[in-house]
Amino acid sequence: MKDAPGTRDYDWWLLAILATICALGVLEIYSATHGSALAGMQYKQLRWLAVGVVLMFILSRIDYHLILDQSLILYLVCIASLAAVLLLGNSRFGAKRWIPIMGQMFQVSELAKLIIIIVLARFFTEVRSDKLDLRDLIKAGLLVGVPLVLILKQPDLGTAMVLVPLLFVGAFLAGLQWQHMAAIVLVGALLVGAVFYPPVSKHILKPYQRERITSFLHPEEDAKGSGYQLLQSKIAVGSGGFWGKGFGNGSQNQLGYIPVRYSDFIMSAWAEEQGFKGVLLALGLYMALLLRLVQNAQRAKDRAGMFLVMGVAAALGFHVLVNVAMVIGAMPVTGIPLPLMSYGGSATLFVFMAIGLVMNVRLRRFVN
Amino acid sequence: MKARKLARGVCVSFSFGSDNRLPQARLAVVSYIIVGMIGVLLLGFWKLQVIDSDRYGQMAEQNRVRSIPIIAPRGRMLDRDGRVLVDNRPSFSVLLLRDDPALVEKNLPALADGLGLSVDDLHDQLQNTRNLPKFQPIVIKPEATSADLDFIESHRADIPVLEMLSVSRRRYLPNGFLAHATGYVGEASEQQIEASNGKLRPGDVVGKAGLERQYNDILMGTDGMRRVIVNSVGKEVDHLSQQDPIPGKQIQLTIDMDLQQVAEQSLGQRPGAVVALDPRTGEVLAMVSRPTMDPNDFAVRISKEEWKQLNDDPLRPLFNRAVQAQLAPGSVFKIVTATAMLEDHNPPENFETYCPGYGTFYGRQFKCWVLSSRKGPTSHGTLNLHGAILHSCDVFFYTAGMRLGIDRLAYYGDKLGIGHKTGIDLPSEEPGLMPSEQWVERVFHRKWYAGETISVSIGQGAVTTTPVQLARLIGGIASGGVFKQPHLRKDLQNIGEERFAISEPTVEKVTDAMYGVMNEPGGTGAALKLKDIEFSGKSGTAQVISYDKRAQIGKQRKFDDNGWFVGYAPKRDPEIVVAALVQEGGGLHGGDTAGPVVRDVVKAYYDKKNKKLQGQTTADNSKPVPHNAPAAIVAPRAVIVKDEEPAGHAALAQDQR
Repeated sequence: MKDAPGTRDYDWWLLAILATICALGVLEIYSATHGSALAGMQYKQLRWLAVGVVLMFILSRIDYHLILDQSLILYLVCIASLAAVLLLGNSRFGAKRWIPIMGQMFQVSELAKLIIIIVLARFFTEVRSDKLDLRDLIKAGLLVGVPLVLILKQPDLGTAMVLVPLLFVGAFLAGLQWQHMAAIVLVGALLVGAVFYPPVSKHILKPYQRERITSFLHPEEDAKGSGYQLLQSKIAVGSGGFWGKGFGNGSQNQLGYIPVRYSDFIMSAWAEEQGFKGVLLALGLYMALLLRLVQNAQRAKDRAGMFLVMGVAAALGFHVLVNVAMVIGAMPVTGIPLPLMSYGGSATLFVFMAIGLVMNVRLRRFVN
Repeated sequence: MKARKLARGVCVSFSFGSDNRLPQARLAVVSYIIVGMIGVLLLGFWKLQVIDSDRYGQMAEQNRVRSIPIIAPRGRMLDRDGRVLVDNRPSFSVLLLRDDPALVEKNLPALADGLGLSVDDLHDQLQNTRNLPKFQPIVIKPEATSADLDFIESHRADIPVLEMLSVSRRRYLPNGFLAHATGYVGEASEQQIEASNGKLRPGDVVGKAGLERQYNDILMGTDGMRRVIVNSVGKEVDHLSQQDPIPGKQIQLTIDMDLQQVAEQSLGQRPGAVVALDPRTGEVLAMVSRPTMDPNDFAVRISKEEWKQLNDDPLRPLFNRAVQAQLAPGSVFKIVTATAMLEDHNPPENFETYCPGYGTFYGRQFKCWVLSSRKGPTSHGTLNLHGAILHSCDVFFYTAGMRLGIDRLAYYGDKLGIGHKTGIDLPSEEPGLMPSEQWVERVFHRKWYAGETISVSIGQGAVTTTPVQLARLIGGIASGGVFKQPHLRKDLQNIGEERFAISEPTVEKVTDAMYGVMNEPGGTGAALKLKDIEFSGKSGTAQVISYDKRAQIGKQRKFDDNGWFVGYAPKRDPEIVVAALVQEGGGLHGGDTAGPVVRDVVKAYYDKKNKKLQGQTTADNSKPVPHNAPAAIVAPRAVIVKDEEPAGHAALAQDQR
């Protein structure tokens, strides 16, 4: 199974799309922060990207079967580190999400996402049937449920939510039966309903989460409070118009009306300065990225590789959907960054490591 | 369960190659879902960026651009010689920036200490303004001292929540000089804002009383506007455009600062009022009301307690007695009765009465003031009209009033201006009251009692006048029946003039008698005589309650007599007429209390006029008076009780009961 795939076999198209999105991100981080106390942030982001590329390369070289073999250990490490964060982690913004590694603060839950992708790929591979029966579905659910609850405890609703599409897409490709899918959709709808229905949500959500829901539903009632962020983001996007205000000219961006404009709301800043044409470019790139991932899955050598690639696609797709929907005010503020464009160390490293897994699968498609 | 399965995977490195059929159909479904998802997101952007783009563009502009008013300074007020009476001074307010509540909270004790404020008060203020947008700072100290400014500057780094706002404040002369005429300014009330058709905004400073209110539109000017770009924490980052404010226009008043000063000092601190008019033009030369207040207090911000105190003060310091005090004119009214008698020839002009100190009318005894006079005779003997005015004999005027009847008295009172506003350019002037048969019918739904006529004929009973009304009335009669509208603004257009034809012999007789009051032996104002000046006038003392009642209750300050004196010079077609009201106890009469005030003002008028004629004063006059020059208010003058006949003093008819 050991092999030495050549550089020719890397997915250069995928890398080109990746690089372009990152370039857009770095440019917009520069535009959003150059006049402020955060000036120079684009260099930090470039540094993270460099580290990411190295990690991607390393991960692509270790045969993914070996990685899948270590699923149990990885899973236990994941659970243990999530528990450790809860017990020992550093609090920032009222949530325990970070642990220090080599002087940098890392979000353990980003690593957890990667491990769950691997663990689920292993699990679904072993199902070995065209149909996923209820027993296996429940097992997969429990497998995801434990880390999900731990991440919810941090609390980090956004990252916890990402685990759900991993499970769902995996199960779907593993032969999820239609009646089960209908049941899951029903339960999901009930959950969403509960979150938006105050008498129920007050038992299951933290106050800050309920506030975000409320301000999402009624942003105008609290234009200077928590509804402020969504409203300002919509103003930024809308005022950009078709052609945009030009690089460095977005008043919402430059004057700081867009909240965390270099990170979670970077799409808002991009849309203001580059307009609908810029959005078309960015979302087109994301679509190309995701379709390219699906294509890689289709050409994978085995089901295990396919599940790995599709896990990555599910995670990235979900990030894009939730983040961009938030930017246009179609979803509440969840704190999910836009992959590759938003500034952020852990999130960037996660994406590159995930892409490393994809490359890993691609490199080995012709072997054996 | 899952552990077992996973454990098996670790032990047995199972083959991945056994079943490698990929679910191509389902992968294709995922592709379509991806395309669909991106499409839906693009539709969302299309809606915001293309369909609703204009709306959001405007909202972004509203975010970005803030219009900051530049307050136009109010116009100054000058006296008739161009000396400054009211102007503005620059001042600073201390602002608290509330963007970061935690930072505010942290610095509250330090800044309270540095600015000499109470932490509790600041907490209250923050609590009261918690609904305002956070970027809007609040004024925590409207009037910053230089020490406060130093404090803010030196702590910019460690207490970053303070800011200074430059404002322009009204400056009035100290000690309440001319305070009731100028009035004061304050923040526009909700009613004023509503009534202004959008011209006023909350927080605008407008005239609240006096000339400040009357001429607010002229004085106020138009605020300018500065359009700036602000960032999300409200900090100015750029400047777009500026529309300069148009300062308010200054107005010149008819007030003569020199005469005003004399009037203020002469009245002292006694409750009352002084109005000096030029009857030829209606110009108000001086206007004083006591007790006074300091409008500078209102120029900053008056606390609720202070305001309540001013309003609840039984002496009503906010009340401009010169135009608002409606009081019985007492014997000054005898000039109205005399005019009526002479014009109607009823009783005829050579009519005489015998005054034994009282008279009986309609079965009731009415006293003449002379009966209870402390010195001299207790009766006036036989008097004609001239003597009756000189001695202010009540019995004569009771008789004349009875012969005339209330209809004729009311006719003349009305024509001479009682019951009508003079039209002076001040808000809230009161009209006084000239009672009549129609009036009691309308208000009390009863018939007029004949006895009431007796009281009214000497200025008691229901008849009331304001000081400015009496000045206009006496000045108008001495001018031969020409009544000019009193006014304070020098270049007021279309000054009203009323003419009431009074025959020349009547004017001659009445003015002769008023000249006699000062210049003939036995006149009630003989002590006030001025050398070389045809100083004429009439005194009056109006009782607040009847003699009998006062004896029952005992002497209390609130039942003080209203001492009146209206004096003018020269005898015919006067240049100046001064009405003074002194509300003071001690059984003193108008001639003693108010008379000297009038004399002081008239004398000052002639002193200044003579100086001017000698050409000595041009330089002197043009010199502006410094603002801190004390308009010193001297202690109430000791009233000189002389051996002269005090003014009329009659029993108040109780018939209305």
